[in-house]
Amino acid sequence: MSMPPAPAVRLEHIGRTFGDTAAVNDVSLDISAGEVVSLVGHSGCGKSTLLRIIAGVETRDSGSVSLAGTVVDGDKGFVEPERRNVGFVFQDYALFPHLSVCDNILFGLKNRSRREASAILSDVLKRIGIEHLKHRFPHTLSGGEQQRVALARALAPNPSVILLDEPFSNLDQGLRERVRDETLSVLRASGTTVIMVTHDPEEALSSGDRVVLMRAGEIVQAGKPRDLYCRPASAYAAEFFGAFNKIPGTWRNGLFETAIGSFDLPAGIGGQGAQTLYIRPQDIKISSDSGTYSAVIEERVFLGATEKVVLRVQGGREFLSAVLTERLPDDISNVRFSINANALLVF
Amino acid sequence: MHQSISDSPLPDTAATPKRSRRSGANWFVLSTLAALIVTLPVLGLALEALKGSSGLWAHLFSTILPVALVDTVILLAGVGLVTAIIGTTTAWLVTAYDFHGRRLLQWALLLPLAVPTYIIAYAYLDILHPIGSVQGAIRWLLGYESPRQFRLPDIRSMTGCILLLGFVLYPYVYIPTRAMFLTQSGNLVDAARTLGVSRRAVFWRVALPMARPAVAIGVALALMETLNDVGAAEFLGVRTMTVSIYTTWITRTDLPGASQIALALLLIVVALVGLERWARRKQRYATDARRSRGFRPQKLAPLKGLLFFTIGFLPILLGFVAPAIYLATEAWKRYRFAGLSPRIFDEALNTIVIASIATVATILLGLVVAYAARIRPGRQSAALLRLASMGYAAPGTVVAIGVLIVLAGLDRFIDRTALDWFGVSTGLLFMGSGAAVVYALTVRFLAISAGGIEAGLSRIPQSLDHASRSLGQTVSGTFRHVHLPLSKTAISAAALLVFVDCVKELPATLLLRPLNVETFATHLYGEAARGTYEEASIAALAIVVISILPVILLSRVGQRDASGSREDVQMVKI
Repeated sequence: MSMPPAPAVRLEHIGRTFGDTAAVNDVSLDISAGEVVSLVGHSGCGKSTLLRIIAGVETRDSGSVSLAGTVVDGDKGFVEPERRNVGFVFQDYALFPHLSVCDNILFGLKNRSRREASAILSDVLKRIGIEHLKHRFPHTLSGGEQQRVALARALAPNPSVILLDEPFSNLDQGLRERVRDETLSVLRASGTTVIMVTHDPEEALSSGDRVVLMRAGEIVQAGKPRDLYCRPASAYAAEFFGAFNKIPGTWRNGLFETAIGSFDLPAGIGGQGAQTLYIRPQDIKISSDSGTYSAVIEERVFLGATEKVVLRVQGGREFLSAVLTERLPDDISNVRFSINANALLVF
Repeated sequence: MHQSISDSPLPDTAATPKRSRRSGANWFVLSTLAALIVTLPVLGLALEALKGSSGLWAHLFSTILPVALVDTVILLAGVGLVTAIIGTTTAWLVTAYDFHGRRLLQWALLLPLAVPTYIIAYAYLDILHPIGSVQGAIRWLLGYESPRQFRLPDIRSMTGCILLLGFVLYPYVYIPTRAMFLTQSGNLVDAARTLGVSRRAVFWRVALPMARPAVAIGVALALMETLNDVGAAEFLGVRTMTVSIYTTWITRTDLPGASQIALALLLIVVALVGLERWARRKQRYATDARRSRGFRPQKLAPLKGLLFFTIGFLPILLGFVAPAIYLATEAWKRYRFAGLSPRIFDEALNTIVIASIATVATILLGLVVAYAARIRPGRQSAALLRLASMGYAAPGTVVAIGVLIVLAGLDRFIDRTALDWFGVSTGLLFMGSGAAVVYALTVRFLAISAGGIEAGLSRIPQSLDHASRSLGQTVSGTFRHVHLPLSKTAISAAALLVFVDCVKELPATLLLRPLNVETFATHLYGEAARGTYEEASIAALAIVVISILPVILLSRVGQRDASGSREDVQMVKI
């Protein structure tokens, strides 16, 4: 029986404080080779600090960082960032303004022979599709172009791990998705281990093989995107990835009773006493004639592809937000709705 | 290029890497060393002052200090008042009003910075000499025949000294105050006007109170420069503490005595630094508080405009144009009369060699201190940076006495050791070689170099450092390939400022230069002290011409960005 290969990145009980605040607090995480992990959380949750600790441009106070089985930051030693073979793509791209695109990419190849370096250069330029930019200087490039150059520069030395710090946040909405898809396909094709920091829930879910949600320096939950979204372990995780209607209620005989009605929740969700029911707007099905409950439309906001509706449950004071995908007549005010019980959560 | 996960070994990392010194540690060590080099003279000064017997202190307190202290305080108060009035008035004039020649005034008001205090005193001593051309012309106009019948009050007086220093030092107040007016006043002046304050009253009710921190910064810097002066005060017969230090050492060879006065003088300097720091904090608060809008100056009628232009031009005339014309004509006369003597060429060479070596040393130390502070931000680095910058406020004489104590001690030690071990006397290695002058200049001007370079580095985002490190460059490699090319301009500007300061510097050079080595500045001092007016005008003209370079630099910075940032004020310390 052979030993399983060491994880590409192993974080053990990492801690880092700035003054009185713990930026990172007892974080442990294994990332296997070739995996794409998104590190997500609100600003100030410690995700960027963690990324910088892995790169070695920030030091930890406690715990240890290993890359491919070698401790690079621990009580016994510290490997300087320049010897870690880790690529980094920065939020502001950090292209050297005094160097051309070519020289920026060659910056990390100073230990290679000239021939090897220029072979790598032309290969990377081709792979990222920026050959036409190679003699330009950073200040003449658009945001998307700069992002691609930054990626090319980070990839050129063939790093074992590549770290992306909010790499798409400086791009316009339309461009962002395209550049993100291109970037991830290049990275996946190269088989590199990728850790990407983002504050955008959708980006985290769509990009990562695994999503790690952080809050106040700690990992709240880590797992496959679908699991995080559908089976969040806490109210915080649930609300991070989507908006909810929240209805207070109590458990009685295995059923969760609320002002709207009693709910038989999916297996695995249970509890005691007073808690709160979480309903996603898109799990409320509205129709003009069929449904379990009747309600009055209080407000409608037309958004184009969808329509947001605020309902007041008949005879009650509960308001519910719902998302409409089908069209309802303009003048309708009394509707019926039902709730998809399989998607309900209680915290 | 083939990328796979397996062929990504970590280079040079055995199973347990040694807890090596973090790379960059050597920068930190060097930075500590730089701070130590600057601090040493002050420590030496304190030790030497304590060495003097208590009787000496008593003597000092009863004889020298009272006179010197009173003169120093009167001089400071006078120069403070004059620079504040001229600086604030001219700054308001060129921001609040629009008239013909306003743009010219805006930068020309900086020109007196190019005239060192000892040169303006030297020039006016001759210009206003009782039998000189100016007084002669006045007598001719009034119909008098001899100086006995009519003469102007003697320039060699406290009042004369205050006025002359005021006319060359007011730009220290003008620059930050004008910047404050420009960035701050727009909105607030409009607000005041809508609240019923007249255009004229705005200056007293809004602009002046707001500019107080800027005025305070400027006055503090001007007063530091006043304390540094040794030439003007001596030529004009004012016995300041700075002059006392110089004479105590030169004429009485009393090192403990000189150290004691120097230490007392340092206390005044500390108070001035405190004032400057306090004002800077206030100013930061004021400028951070709101984003400003440009100030719209009031257009003046031609005649009134001419009047205002004349008022604004007066300090330039007195502080720059008159002495410059005087020096140029005197230098030309001398040249026509005797040509250029080889002595002048020797002095030019000495001046350039000393200033160049000192500039290189200062810039190198400045790079070390500024970069160490960047790679290891924190309390320690900030303290080192502050220690290394200590010399900017210390008068040249004080630094010189401190350096004298340190290097003379070192010379004695080396000489004795060499004599004991090898039976050879090394003589005065440092004092005799000019190393002492370079040391003193470095201590005094390291703040300009470190501050300028730090400001240049701070414009480079940290992510560039991290990018470079993650792409395989060491701390020092990053410095070479990223920081150095990107801060070239800042470094050259700092080097220019330091070089010119070294050329202008008088007191430390005067005290520490090896025997028979003269620079432009010491030559001028020697002739003025002897009362002979020979080639000094040529030396003085050379100094003024060189000193115009940073003024040009400063006026260009002022045009691009008049925000009165730290860097600008740093540059005011020319």
